Amino acid sequence: MTELVVGTKKGLFLLEGEARGGSSDAFEITTRAFAGQPVDYALRDPRSRRLFAAVTSPFYGPKLFFTDGDPAVESDWQQAEGVSLPDGGEQALERIWVIATGEAPDTLYMGADPGVLFQSHDGGANWEVNQGLWNQPTRPEWHPGGGGLCLHSISTWPGDPDRMAVAISAAGMWLTEDGGRTWRRGNQGLTPRYLPEAPPVDPETIAFCVHHVERAPTRPERMFMQFHGGVYRSDDAGESWGEIGAGLPSDFGFPLKVDPADADSAYVIPLVADMDRVMPDGRVRVYETRDGGASWAPRGDGLPAQHAYLTVLRQAFTSTGQGQALQLYFGATSGEVFGSGDAGASWCTAATRLPPVFSVSAA
Amino acid sequence: MAVVCVRAPLRALAGGRGEHELEGATVVELLSGFESANPDLAGWILDERGLIRRHINVFVNGERGSEQTAVGAGDRVDVIPAITGGWQ
Repeated sequence: MTELVVGTKKGLFLLEGEARGGSSDAFEITTRAFAGQPVDYALRDPRSRRLFAAVTSPFYGPKLFFTDGDPAVESDWQQAEGVSLPDGGEQALERIWVIATGEAPDTLYMGADPGVLFQSHDGGANWEVNQGLWNQPTRPEWHPGGGGLCLHSISTWPGDPDRMAVAISAAGMWLTEDGGRTWRRGNQGLTPRYLPEAPPVDPETIAFCVHHVERAPTRPERMFMQFHGGVYRSDDAGESWGEIGAGLPSDFGFPLKVDPADADSAYVIPLVADMDRVMPDGRVRVYETRDGGASWAPRGDGLPAQHAYLTVLRQAFTSTGQGQALQLYFGATSGEVFGSGDAGASWCTAATRLPPVFSVSAA
Repeated sequence: MAVVCVRAPLRALAGGRGEHELEGATVVELLSGFESANPDLAGWILDERGLIRRHINVFVNGERGSEQTAVGAGDRVDVIPAITGGWQ
């Protein structure tokens, strides 16, 4: 049984079921929480089973809540402490974009707008701002993307808590090897086609609109990136990048997943272009590579294939399991959630008519 | 002392009481003291810059106020979520 944790524009939804190709009733909604409120990201920590929900009230600002109990019971949710910027500054916390489990016990990381990384060492009850990134000297020059200055991707290094990469739209890739005390850029090879200047670009100064980054756990120096126009791969831990988008119907999109068992296998969900953010040809398809991006193949058996102009946001694609048993799930802003229990070979509909889906995670 | 008046959910975070007597010469002093006295409320009305959140309205004796609006003894300060809609 798989639990899907779905953050939407109007609340948190928990679904339970098993992805069976072609099925439309494989999952049932078991819980709705934070009714009416935007849940930008939600995650169950597989280590502690603690459930987190990042809620941005339009009135009261972004808050992080967690529960160790029944998520349907409002009083079981607690507000996490320390989820704010230093008082008296010129900026306010705008939105929480992602939560990631760390390599050290009880450690979690959280990315937020404006380009801020939080860390917790007590299982997510108390948080602090990562000062190394917050005080990065070039920060005054960072520019937000259309969704704000969002820190949306956190890639830890299996077995080494000191090594980590984060991505910020549009301040690019940042790498640390000392547990977050110091950070340096990792943008070599990226080509921002959205800028009027002709290449070559300066990887230290240009605004890089990274959309999503994932690391291959079995080969941690390998990373995949969905860029704002371009799909890239790095084989040197994010120092430099090479384009691998040839063969896709479009190299624009937001989310991306990697098979934890195979560093050559990754999945993207292309959208037409930045000016037309829907599925190409009105067909819902996930594209798979099994050779590190040298070639791509569509995976759409069981997905809508006609007049389906869906949009999938950057946190709305997730996976659990690995190899042939890799499960993939994604949600659309039109309220559908789709799932595959066989690494994309066949798909089922896990939910329809939800509010616009902001995030999907699986446990 | 002025009286800060809140409704749910702020009331629930402020010990379940809707009215709170507090000292402060301006709205922001009053609200800052209100959040300090009720730690569960920290950041719910004022952001890290000390500004009233964009979709919260403050009225002093029924008149729209801002951070620097002066308040005095006996003044009533209502904290009310804005009536917003159509944008989300």
